[in-house]
Amino acid sequence: MNATVARLTVRGLLGRRRALLLLVLPLVLVGMAAVVRVVAGADDGTAVGLVGGFGLGTIVPLVALLAGTGSIGPEIDDGSIVYLLSKPISRFTILVSKLATAVVVALALGALPLAAAMLVLADSPGALVVPYLLGAAAACTAYAALFLCLAVVTRNAVIVGLLYAIVWETTVAGFVPGAQNLSVRQWSLGLTEALLGADADRFGVTAAVAASTGGALLVALTVAATYHGARRLQTLPLTSAE
Amino acid sequence: MSTVVIDQVSRWFGNVVAVNDVSMTIGPGVTGLLGPNGAGKSTLIAMMAGFLAPSAGSVTIDGEPTWRNEQIYRRLGLVPEREGMYDVVTGRELVLANARLHLLPDPEAAAARAVATVDMEAAQDREISTYSKGMKQRIKMATALVHDPSVLLLDEPFNGMDPRQRLHLMELLHRMADDGRTVLFSSHILEEVEQLAGSIEVMVAGRHAASGDFREIRRLMTERPHQYTIRSSDDRALAAALMAHGSTSGVELREAALHVRAADRAAFVHVLPLLARNHDVRLYEVAPADESLESVFSYLVER
Repeated sequence: MNATVARLTVRGLLGRRRALLLLVLPLVLVGMAAVVRVVAGADDGTAVGLVGGFGLGTIVPLVALLAGTGSIGPEIDDGSIVYLLSKPISRFTILVSKLATAVVVALALGALPLAAAMLVLADSPGALVVPYLLGAAAACTAYAALFLCLAVVTRNAVIVGLLYAIVWETTVAGFVPGAQNLSVRQWSLGLTEALLGADADRFGVTAAVAASTGGALLVALTVAATYHGARRLQTLPLTSAE
Repeated sequence: MSTVVIDQVSRWFGNVVAVNDVSMTIGPGVTGLLGPNGAGKSTLIAMMAGFLAPSAGSVTIDGEPTWRNEQIYRRLGLVPEREGMYDVVTGRELVLANARLHLLPDPEAAAARAVATVDMEAAQDREISTYSKGMKQRIKMATALVHDPSVLLLDEPFNGMDPRQRLHLMELLHRMADDGRTVLFSSHILEEVEQLAGSIEVMVAGRHAASGDFREIRRLMTERPHQYTIRSSDDRALAAALMAHGSTSGVELREAALHVRAADRAAFVHVLPLLARNHDVRLYEVAPADESLESVFSYLVER
């Protein structure tokens, strides 16, 4: 972990225009929850549907996508990554520092607003908020690692990430239940389901994978993406002639 | 004192050979890497800086490989050609961040020293996005100098600079060289290299075409056969007269013009008007052909 790398990453993430998008997404989620609460009143079923479905399924992956790719992609694109790479710091340290930054940003702008929306809309927030917060936190971490790695590997990381999060996890997994086994969303929902315990049935929360499998896969994905990203960063070709 | 050794280095991208079996040794002082655009200069510098693996051969600094060796950056400073920087921070913050990334014991002092060296104190607290091209170049320079490296690599550092900034950078590089540093910069402009570099390495089409001090390179370039295109009132008579004289090694009549290859340029330009007058030929046009840098360089390669 290198504090200077993290600080430069934060400046890059929040100093650019995409920072606006990063702020708008959580506002949309909390705003929608507030509007529904005012119009229809607090309700657990609606909360699970909106926060669990739209929040965990769309807002969290999008925020993690922006935070993960944004913490290294623009630097690789404009060549400024050279200022980090031409230093006596291991590439692994650089990647982990960037990942830590991306995870913190994704937690602050993805998982926490999700918990806030649940708090606003749910009728029994005491049972729902913590399981959803932890599930979303796990999802944020795994997504950020995946999308950060993707940004090192390809210049089209945002598009590839969108295809994965929207097309695969939402559309394909909707028609082909088997695809849900390979879905960060379902793995983290597995954690939430387990944390809800006996309440899960009452709230209608069912994940495609068990918490143990989901948790193991989340950890495996995070570790593998971090390792692979660092490996690719070690041999990232940089020529100014491009 | 550090020495960069490039040993039989080639680099290809798919079917394209960017650098072809280049060997050179670069020691303390200013060295100019001269060549037309696309000659492979940037690729070679990227390999020296450890940002690209040689497809064959090796690049070492004082015996240590530069590829996949982060420790090399303790003695290596790089000024990249690309403009990309952390625009949202100020110049001083960027230099300071670089000092911290180098894990220097007193980053604040090192950053202040580097900013002073490039004469950017007045603008150091402005955001980089507000800088002119020359100011950006100087801040890039400060980030490369902040850890006092013994080897400094600059990729096309004079691009887009005005004459005053150019002069300032030249002074700075001379000062670096006088301190015993190994300074290498690339350029496609002969005059820049001539004014600055103690030794010159010429690259053309991926090959190492020539090496030496600027006098040798100048001589190689001026002693090559020169091509002239001439239009006159009687091309054939003039051709015969020129061939009879020793300064001309070949003539050709083509496209209603006379194409002359002059072996001895100085004698040729002297004798041409005399011959024309003696043979009653009126000269309409005398133009040196293929004086572009590319053709001058390619002569060196074909030599």
